Amino acid sequence: MNYLPNIFFAIALIIGFGYFANNVKKLIRNIKLGQDVDVSDNKSQRWKNMINIALGQSKMVRRPVSGFLHIIVYVGFIIINIEVLEIIIDGLFGTHRIFSSIGSTYGFLIGFFEVLAVLVFISVIIFWIRRNIIKIKRFWKAEMTSWPKNDGNFILYFEMVLMTLFLVMNATDVHFQEMNTGNVISQYITPLFNGVSESTLHIIERSAWWLHILGILVFLNYLYFSKHLHILLAFPNTFFGSVKPKGQFKNLEAVTKEVKMMMDPEADPFAAAPEGAEDEIPAKFGASDVQDLSWVNLLNAYTCTECGRCTSECPANQTGKKLSPRKIMMDTRDRLEEVGKNIDANKGKFKDDGKQLLGDYITNEEIWACTTCNACVEACPVSIDPLNIIMQMRQYLVMEQSAAPMELNNMMTNIENNGAPWPYNQMDRLNWAKEE
Amino acid sequence: MSEQLKVPTMAEFMAEGKQPEILFWVGSAGSYDDRAKKITKAFVKILNKANVDFAVLGTEESNTGDVAKRAGNEFLFQMQAVMNIEVLNAYEVKRIVTCDPHSFNCIKNEYPNLGGVYDVMHHTQYIEELISSGRLNVEGNTYKGKRVTFHDPCYLGRANSVYNAPRSVLSKTNATIVEMKRHKGTALCCGAGGAQMFKEPEKGDMDINVLRTEDALKTNPEIIATGCPYCNTMMTDGVKAKEKENDIQVMDVAELIANEQGL
Repeated sequence: MNYLPNIFFAIALIIGFGYFANNVKKLIRNIKLGQDVDVSDNKSQRWKNMINIALGQSKMVRRPVSGFLHIIVYVGFIIINIEVLEIIIDGLFGTHRIFSSIGSTYGFLIGFFEVLAVLVFISVIIFWIRRNIIKIKRFWKAEMTSWPKNDGNFILYFEMVLMTLFLVMNATDVHFQEMNTGNVISQYITPLFNGVSESTLHIIERSAWWLHILGILVFLNYLYFSKHLHILLAFPNTFFGSVKPKGQFKNLEAVTKEVKMMMDPEADPFAAAPEGAEDEIPAKFGASDVQDLSWVNLLNAYTCTECGRCTSECPANQTGKKLSPRKIMMDTRDRLEEVGKNIDANKGKFKDDGKQLLGDYITNEEIWACTTCNACVEACPVSIDPLNIIMQMRQYLVMEQSAAPMELNNMMTNIENNGAPWPYNQMDRLNWAKEE
Repeated sequence: MSEQLKVPTMAEFMAEGKQPEILFWVGSAGSYDDRAKKITKAFVKILNKANVDFAVLGTEESNTGDVAKRAGNEFLFQMQAVMNIEVLNAYEVKRIVTCDPHSFNCIKNEYPNLGGVYDVMHHTQYIEELISSGRLNVEGNTYKGKRVTFHDPCYLGRANSVYNAPRSVLSKTNATIVEMKRHKGTALCCGAGGAQMFKEPEKGDMDINVLRTEDALKTNPEIIATGCPYCNTMMTDGVKAKEKENDIQVMDVAELIANEQGL
């Protein structure tokens, strides 16, 4: 017996999964560069969110057309992958369609897969048309050029090819066609190969089989470099997403400490700093780079699949401002990747490269255009929160750099002086009650 | 105005050794902004009419700090918050009602963690409660058949999922409520949030309030109703930009209810 294909198959699997595992390790390392944040609360609500939003696609269907097509591709993708299990067993042990012995259930399953494969193929074509022919606006915004634009199309081509290979593999499988059960679609493809000798047919079938499984392994490893990570990360991301009212912004603890001290009548302003205080790294208020953000922000960035629903709902973006919540997420990921590569190149330690997320990727103009309306957060089908990052950058600009727009500085001075954003006297606060 | 408004302060209640049912948090806009003051007064008329035992902090109230927080100034926010909480806790305030969704969100969600835990309501929620408990009767035909569209304030709607209270209150007026295409969760912001109220917008091709006003105009309304003093300003400016100020009024839900009762 010739074991060469089995050995080759095992090696391909090991390389495919090994490289993927390596990427996952890097992904987790990068996410952990973020600040710690407590997500241990509301466990049951978190599970519910994951089940409804990620598994149940509840937010996808708010846009019915893309939502419906996405569900076909999503269900198809998961279910057809059951077939991969058989392929792996066949490949390792040199069997052929090992599950076919279970009889009619097998025919039913494969038939179901074939129908799904066609539906996925059609959906993916429609997705491609929406992107490239109809040119739906959100796919053609300023940030959707070069790699992000190509990435979106590559994924669609990948899926078209994989589905085609699956159907061709079935159509040219003489043994499977003779079984005549489950070949609901492929039986109509078989006639295309009429007149082809059985040995050639076998070569085509084997090629399709090999390309199908190798294609899946390549796709698996393409994920880390693509926006397509959402097929995995949507699950943790919806789990770790906020479970608080959207209007509730976190109160900074470092600030609370200082404010409490300032307000404390017992506090001695001339007291010597407590022991060891000099060694403490002074807290940085807000965020200017990826390491200042929380790890949930960074997970958000890797999860973003650049669908642009956030940007299409953003009031600032709709009125021609530079702000695009999707770009905030893409920039965060790009910078995080850059920092990750820097760490890899410098033996595990980040070497200052004179760059940061705010300034080199995201401009102040974008940060100040936000109305904090939460439309982007509401729109995201996988619970990403671009607003949270924007707010942390405002905090950095105001508290670390005193770089607020002048009008806002005036407003804040008024609040400090007379307890209102306008220059009115605090003692006039109840005058309205006496006015006619 | 025929009748003098009754606006007791917490200090007066304290002097008499009494506690009001609710504290009415007037907010900075409601205290100083000419347009917003009318909303404040309309709400007070409703409270007077329903014989609600309420009080205001008056000159002891200070800005919530909400807008400073949204501008990124966490220090100023927390200073304001801690000061207000000290006053509120000293008066043992339990229940707060406000006409400003920004104060509502801030006190409800961001004060508790700094020691200020209260039952906080938006005025549309409180009016709904007054109506359903029978304390307030909305009768009249002032707005019968008038087309009214409601603009959801972000900090009431998306931020806190309060969508039904203002609509339920509006429906009591016999007006015809027409929804904009984007409403509730998908409502477009008026453009004032996140401290934008106090600065010029960044460069773009149009103003957000004009875009939102266009949404509203598509419903062919006679009245654009809101539940936020800032939304009110923005929508009023938007209507002016569209030169529709003679045909369309921008009003707070409280004003519609007060007018309906001839208050």
